Amino acid sequence: MSLLALQRDLRDWLRHDAGQAAARLGGETMPGLIVYQNNYRAQLMECLASACPQLRLWIGDEAFFAAAATHIDAAPPSDWTLDAYPAGFPATLAHIHADSPEIADLAWLEIALADAFVAADHAPLPPAALADLTWDDTVFLLSPALRLRDLGSNAPAIWSALSAGEEPPPAASLRQGEALLVWRSDFTACFRTIDALEASTLAAIAAGQPFGAVCAGLVAAAGEERGVALAGDMLGRWLRDGVIAGVRQAVGPGAAA
Amino acid sequence: MTQPQANRYGLGLRKPHYQHFLDEQVPVDFVEVISENFMVDGGRPRDILRRVRECYPVALHGVSLSVGSADGLDPAYLARLKRLVDDVDPLFVSDHLCWTRIEGFQSHDLLPLPYTREALDCVCANVAAAQDHLGRTMLIENPSSYMSFAASEMTEWAFLDALCARTGCELLLDINNIFVSAANHGFDPIAYLDGIPAARVRQIHLAGHSKGDQLLIDTHDQPVPQGVWALYAHARARLGPVATMIERDDDIPPLADLLAELDIARACGARESIAA
Repeated sequence: MSLLALQRDLRDWLRHDAGQAAARLGGETMPGLIVYQNNYRAQLMECLASACPQLRLWIGDEAFFAAAATHIDAAPPSDWTLDAYPAGFPATLAHIHADSPEIADLAWLEIALADAFVAADHAPLPPAALADLTWDDTVFLLSPALRLRDLGSNAPAIWSALSAGEEPPPAASLRQGEALLVWRSDFTACFRTIDALEASTLAAIAAGQPFGAVCAGLVAAAGEERGVALAGDMLGRWLRDGVIAGVRQAVGPGAAA
Repeated sequence: MTQPQANRYGLGLRKPHYQHFLDEQVPVDFVEVISENFMVDGGRPRDILRRVRECYPVALHGVSLSVGSADGLDPAYLARLKRLVDDVDPLFVSDHLCWTRIEGFQSHDLLPLPYTREALDCVCANVAAAQDHLGRTMLIENPSSYMSFAASEMTEWAFLDALCARTGCELLLDINNIFVSAANHGFDPIAYLDGIPAARVRQIHLAGHSKGDQLLIDTHDQPVPQGVWALYAHARARLGPVATMIERDDDIPPLADLLAELDIARACGARESIAA
């Protein structure tokens, strides 16, 4: 048997409990094969449990480990870092618990906080960086730690209560368009719920729109006076929170759309 | 290149002890970190490693290089490791004689290799490629294993000897892994120690293990047991100056307990130095 064939057989044993593959590896190897298979599954279970402790509290051990087992069967790890493995878990949970959107939202929040925790660093934007800008042509660069998700539930309130050891509120649906924003301030991962307008504005900035175009969008959505005020309020908060990592001047025709 | 041979005594840097290493000068000659835990873009883990590195030499110990993969190394992994190596300027860079990945599947476990000529060619090619990419000599660690292959054509120690000869790599000798594998596969651990190329051993790991149903399991969740200390003494008598480290990954005790274990290693090393 070639080395590649042997490694495929051991992979198939780990993933699918493949008896034929195990037989080809030699009957005397069975006690060891069982150890490796247990290690494989136990490590992935532990990985998901470590990534989503509040979700586990919310749905209980039985439901949590049943969902984890489904995910492990459906989605074998492919990244060199185990930290990447939970990324697909919210989609599995959304499929299993389609009528309980807070379950996938809770998982997403916990995984996004962990991702933000180790995202690339950026220095705080000094006030001087904003001094001589041509605002209409300014493109704001978002923090590499920023994560954004459309939110269908009150998962943030549930997570906060569970994390504090308090009684969580009952699950509830949110208004269409609300979103969950995750970022990092210094070394602390943070989150807050934002409304549809702030979410679409952040999405426009993430797409590289100059601030003039972003403001025009806010004015179109909220009217002249309120749109301009919102632009200032949002920008001020993003700067204070560290959501903005840098600025650049847009170049080329139509930069100030 | 790795540093000159010397008696050094170190500990694995683990989360419960981070603050000790940051707040006080812990009496160790180096610390070892799991490379993958710090192959991240930024945040607190990288900040802690930077601050620890200001005070201690750091060895990088990996678990995902997968030098035994029949389909070669993962370029994305290697690029990440290279960035960390360049940032840290480590005392050693090590990983295991095993495979963890094949055709996009990551087991996240140290899976065993058959000790065949084909596997030796594969591991040599991968270790040579990793060393070329990193621009330095790597240390390869003997694994614990729970199964062996009828197809093997040589012993593990002969495999490691040939690997060192062909690639110039050096060895991280895990004494607990020798103890565990010897019990699981029925070979003589002294023959293993006598068979490895002594001049290539740059670092030693000491750890504990657990007893499974039919096999010893490399759990790193207990103090170094007496049998492993006895093997360590034999190894020290043969190897001369070498860096030694206590590797504890689970049920992590207070730092003082690990430092006390490290003192046992120091005393053993001192005895062998006098005897030599």
